[in-house]
Amino acid sequence: MTMDKSKPMTLGHDIRLELYRQQLELRYCEKRAYDLFLQNLIKGTSHLSLGQEAIAAGFGVAMRPDDWTFCTYRGHAHTLARGASMEGVLGELMGRQCGLLGGKGGSMHLTDVTKGAMGSYAIIGAHLPVAAGAAWSAQYRGTEQVAVCFFGDGTTNIGAFHEALNFSVIWKLPVIFVCENNLYMEYTPISSVTAVEHPAADRASAYGLEKIVVDGNDADEVYRTAVQYMERARKGGGPALIECMTYRHSGHSRADPGKYRPEGELDRWLERDPIKIYRERLLGLGIVEATLSDLEKESMRKVDVATETAKASPVPSVDDIETNVWADGSAAWRN
Amino acid sequence: MAELTYRDAVAAGIAQEMRRDENVVFLGEDIGAAGGVFKATVGLFEEFGPKRVRDTPISEQAILGAAMGAAMTGLKPIAEIMFSDFLAVCWDIVANEIAKTRYMTDGQITLPLVIRTANGAGSRFGAQHSQSVENWAMMIPGIKVIAPAFPADVKGLIAAAVRDPDPVIIFEQKSLYAFKGEVPDGEHVEEIGKAKVLRHGTDCTIVALALMVHRALAAAEILEREHGISCTVVDVRSLVPLDTVTILAEVAKTGRLVTIEENPRLCGWGAEIASIVADEIFWDLDGPIIRITTPHIPLPSADLLEDNTIPSVERVVREIREKID
Repeated sequence: MTMDKSKPMTLGHDIRLELYRQQLELRYCEKRAYDLFLQNLIKGTSHLSLGQEAIAAGFGVAMRPDDWTFCTYRGHAHTLARGASMEGVLGELMGRQCGLLGGKGGSMHLTDVTKGAMGSYAIIGAHLPVAAGAAWSAQYRGTEQVAVCFFGDGTTNIGAFHEALNFSVIWKLPVIFVCENNLYMEYTPISSVTAVEHPAADRASAYGLEKIVVDGNDADEVYRTAVQYMERARKGGGPALIECMTYRHSGHSRADPGKYRPEGELDRWLERDPIKIYRERLLGLGIVEATLSDLEKESMRKVDVATETAKASPVPSVDDIETNVWADGSAAWRN
Repeated sequence: MAELTYRDAVAAGIAQEMRRDENVVFLGEDIGAAGGVFKATVGLFEEFGPKRVRDTPISEQAILGAAMGAAMTGLKPIAEIMFSDFLAVCWDIVANEIAKTRYMTDGQITLPLVIRTANGAGSRFGAQHSQSVENWAMMIPGIKVIAPAFPADVKGLIAAAVRDPDPVIIFEQKSLYAFKGEVPDGEHVEEIGKAKVLRHGTDCTIVALALMVHRALAAAEILEREHGISCTVVDVRSLVPLDTVTILAEVAKTGRLVTIEENPRLCGWGAEIASIVADEIFWDLDGPIIRITTPHIPLPSADLLEDNTIPSVERVVREIREKID
């Protein structure tokens, strides 16, 4: 099936405002997570998506409520973008009872099955075959659901990436693999450890897939691409591998100040901040300033309320430690 | 009752469940058109077709990952890993993903899936196709671990595993595939987590698994007939959950515990049972616990070397005679 790229899909103001709102919420919530770390209210580690919000928002808005998201430990934004409760996310980061996982998972495992957020996976590559399996289930049952699987550029050099791509293509599964290429594999430039320029897209041909590289900082472009390939997958057209070019504004994780980045690089990308460019675009399209500032206030209020709700939530009970290993709720390994 | 081979019981168990529930699907390398490299899945592809019995590439992470993704979205997959040794290349999916997901998501995701794999020595395949790796799985919280010794248990435990809401890994002993035994007619389902007492004795309780159950029974016969030593033989069948009630009761009755393990020495399942027995019924013991295992070495290939590596009937008889007399 070929796509008519000469006529880009027209986006209405409602979709665009939704994309803007979504990006704002993700941005403000990630910034809040960072602040809560500094206050020592969030422990452990955390991998923020600051600067990469357009990808989560673009796909999140494009997905059907019964589609599935599989993401990595950098998964706060993807989980929120499916509509998971913000206090559930912040509560989990803070280790509170109201957390999505009751404090058992933490930042790297956010999941909300009721919203189709089928898990955040902290072992590089593992969730690509898992997403393929969900897509197989959709195909088997004829539900036209699509699995969307997000991962970083570093994932393209691990075996599971290649196994999952080949497997998904030969079974023609409705799964979309989305590489968020933020140029760095943890602390190392991806270009210095990868045989090809585009770590995902340049491998696509090995699996009979089209090379797709999009501007991951442009929510419209991400949204259009998402709709196009998800619709194709829904109709039996098989998987796609989409490489979204982006940049993380902060380091790899909480422990990383990102000092390995050449001087000026961050500044150049801040000029291309997805939220900044989107705001300018909306104003250019005739959406009035007041509409945007209202959305901004509303989004910030939502983050404030979620923060306070999560802070007020009690910590989990120690009685919960040995629960929910098994489907009967127990942790029993003997009689 | 019909007499089936262990390998035919595999196919019978899978077929029984696939007929019952259309959400049961089966995937693995060479399992479909070829009927499995051990011919344990012959006839399934013909009966259920390529939609439900799916041949895969040599991609163990993809096989188990796909099984996991399918299980969390409504299917009940059975995935085959051809040799249990190959679990090492997809161990992340087993140990970090399948086993942990229910706990990490606080019960949001349940994974009703089955992993079947050919385990154990006796076929002269060398160190990468002969290991007994059930202990690897036993150490991971969140996955049930079973290892049948007889065709009836193969069929019944596969059925139970498919019906179980939690992930189950089944270690089939490859050198038992040709073993014949009675299998109940009609629908047959066993209970996971129950050991089985196969022989009642008075002098010691032998606890064994899979192929070693057969060696235990043969040794018990010789010990009784030729040396006047009367042995209870318990087939553990399920390592997780572990039927400690049966094991402790049977050990308490004879006062002696002997484990026969095909695995290498360190951290074998027998060590866990020995620890439980020592902790909980120490004062019922009349003598030291005896663990008979493979030496702590990778497995050799040649007939003579392999036969002298995994516990033989002769070695079991000798060690029990020396230590119990």
